[in-house]
Amino acid sequence: MRRRLMMMVALGCGALALTDFAAHWDASATPSPTSTAAPSGLVAQGHALFDSSCASCHGLSAQGISGRAPSLHGVGALAADFYLQTGRMPLPNPKAQPLRTSPAFSPSKIKALVAYVGSFGGPDIPTVQPSRGSLAEGQRLFGLDCAGCHTIQGQGGIVTGAIVPALNQATPRQVGEAVRIGPYVMPRFGEGELTGTEVNSLARYIQSIQHPDNLGGWGIGRIGPIPEGMVAWLLAAAALLLIARLLGERTSEQPERPPRPGGGA
Amino acid sequence: MNHTAKDRPGDAVAFVDERLGAARGMRWLMDYVFPDHWSFLLGEIALYSFVVLVLTGTFLALFFDPDTTQTVYHGSYHALQGQSVSNAYASTLHISFDVSGGLLARQVHHWAALVFVAAITLHLLRIVFTGAFRKPRDINYFIGVTLLALAILEGFAGYSLPDDLLSGMGLAIAWAVAMSLPLIGGPFATALWGGRFPGSTAFESRLFIAHVFLLPAIIGGLIAVHLAIIMRQRHSQFPGPGRREDNVVGTPMWPGYALRSLGLFAAVAALLVLMGGLIQINPVWLWGPYHPYIGTNGAQPDWYLGWLIGALRLMPNLEIHAFGHTFVPNPFFGGVLFPGIVFGLLYALPWLDRRFISRDYRRHDLLERPRDNPRRSALAAALLSAVAVVFAAGSADRLFFQFGFGYEGAVWFFRGAFLVVPVITYLVTKRVCAGLAREQAHPLRGWSGHVVIRNRSGGFDADAEAIELDTAER
Repeated sequence: MRRRLMMMVALGCGALALTDFAAHWDASATPSPTSTAAPSGLVAQGHALFDSSCASCHGLSAQGISGRAPSLHGVGALAADFYLQTGRMPLPNPKAQPLRTSPAFSPSKIKALVAYVGSFGGPDIPTVQPSRGSLAEGQRLFGLDCAGCHTIQGQGGIVTGAIVPALNQATPRQVGEAVRIGPYVMPRFGEGELTGTEVNSLARYIQSIQHPDNLGGWGIGRIGPIPEGMVAWLLAAAALLLIARLLGERTSEQPERPPRPGGGA
Repeated sequence: MNHTAKDRPGDAVAFVDERLGAARGMRWLMDYVFPDHWSFLLGEIALYSFVVLVLTGTFLALFFDPDTTQTVYHGSYHALQGQSVSNAYASTLHISFDVSGGLLARQVHHWAALVFVAAITLHLLRIVFTGAFRKPRDINYFIGVTLLALAILEGFAGYSLPDDLLSGMGLAIAWAVAMSLPLIGGPFATALWGGRFPGSTAFESRLFIAHVFLLPAIIGGLIAVHLAIIMRQRHSQFPGPGRREDNVVGTPMWPGYALRSLGLFAAVAALLVLMGGLIQINPVWLWGPYHPYIGTNGAQPDWYLGWLIGALRLMPNLEIHAFGHTFVPNPFFGGVLFPGIVFGLLYALPWLDRRFISRDYRRHDLLERPRDNPRRSALAAALLSAVAVVFAAGSADRLFFQFGFGYEGAVWFFRGAFLVVPVITYLVTKRVCAGLAREQAHPLRGWSGHVVIRNRSGGFDADAEAIELDTAER
């Protein structure tokens, strides 16, 4: 019980991953790449959960079902953690695009499922430390590799055939996982394309856009000309039309104006 | 003019007259009559936005460096420290964060630009829907339409100057559109850019000179001509009691209209400065610097170019190939042909109206209300709705994204709307205009006629109750 509590606390800290201290606990609490073996009780619990919640698509021993869902052998704890923490799995139907929702399982159940999927081998949950990254480097890399779909402020958008998620809820760990997986139509970035340090920088930049400074005043969504045009028309032009209406016909005090026949104002 | 010691305007006239002999001209100017209708202030809103643009733009030009040579950023904006950026972008950040009042000036300038084009558009709509473009004002109408085109061009040049991510992506589209001109596209674009995109360093200074000198000088000059022609021809006015083709009923320049107009200037300037101080616009530090190999999803032009982005998006994949060459590349249709047709129709409107719509070649100094010419109003509304559909298509992906609607579906939806909406708009507008014309009631102000009752002695009395009703509704 004490161990489980400690692991949950460590996980919470790891999700924030703001300090080396938390990262240290995270690293010591979650299995390190050299010792991927999770406690067998947890794996068994995960197996039972998997059979009841995931096996209808992924197969009874996660080997995949052709034409329905891929094998999970080798995707590792990394992918399982990403898809379950972000609520992308389970899908409403096998053809649906995985979209971020609230997680379908409790944190302890996710832990068990992740341990079960991780028991087939594959990459472990990465340790992402934004504090060790560089903001400017993160901005540059995000522009280069991510903004083309996610927008430079991480607002999400549309690409042909898919909805690009906004990154306003993405934790550093989820950023690190998504980069390595390449979920749905997103490209996969290996260590060769983005090193661990570069992922730290990206995570730091994404944290910065989640807490915008809006130095120019009211941010109006930070998506550029669309809200700006709406403010120009709906606020400025509307106000000026009102002013013109009030100012343009202030004539009753003007004695120079010839009286209209019939007594109309 | 009779002066007394307190007659200050008279003193001013005397002062000028004793030196320049300008009393007659001043007298004429002071007696010039403006009609009392709020819609005549729309053009003035544009004029005063332009004044704010020149004032803030002059300030910005003192600090802006029109140079795309790369440098390492070491300014006070933390998040971009050490990045490779152009001098133009670095100086925009410098203006935003290190020059006193710089960010305010930038934001006021940008808001003023958006309001400038919006006010011109509203002014144009008033002119079109009231038939104010008819002889003899067709000449001034051409100048006005030209001013709209120049304002859009000027706005785009300004949007493109800071060399941030959005401006660079905008120029990439402009490059593709310039290249798409049949036969001359390649040489034309490379001549303009000084090489292949992103062009030589000369391009940025060309853009700068166009934005801060050439275009504003032409716009300023045309505004002067525009105003001079208005005063030479006198204002048009709406028909009403005592208003004839050969007079203008309203308020003279002095005392009266000059103060009202100054009040409007104060209101426009105050609103723009307020917006510049409170509402963030074009935060280039958040977009980051431009490099030709990067881009962002959801990039948009300022609103007045939204209809061109929409046209580029909606145009089906059509290109004209012959003899192994692409003679008409696809961006031509949305980027050149569509705006060409819209502006062509605007320029041709006085002629089209004379020849086909009103079939009336006479001179008119009295305006028509939209209902007085249902066919013209309906055709203008149909054209406007077609442009509005294309405009919406340029940015609706953001909206559709919120509802999880696919991009391809949205494109087909808007292609359909482009064909259907103008027809519906035409029919509805014509019906509404005809209905209003029958009722003779103003949709917002109610009925403005008078009930006249014949009395026992054979004379006519105006119905007092009806008159009171009319007065109250004004």
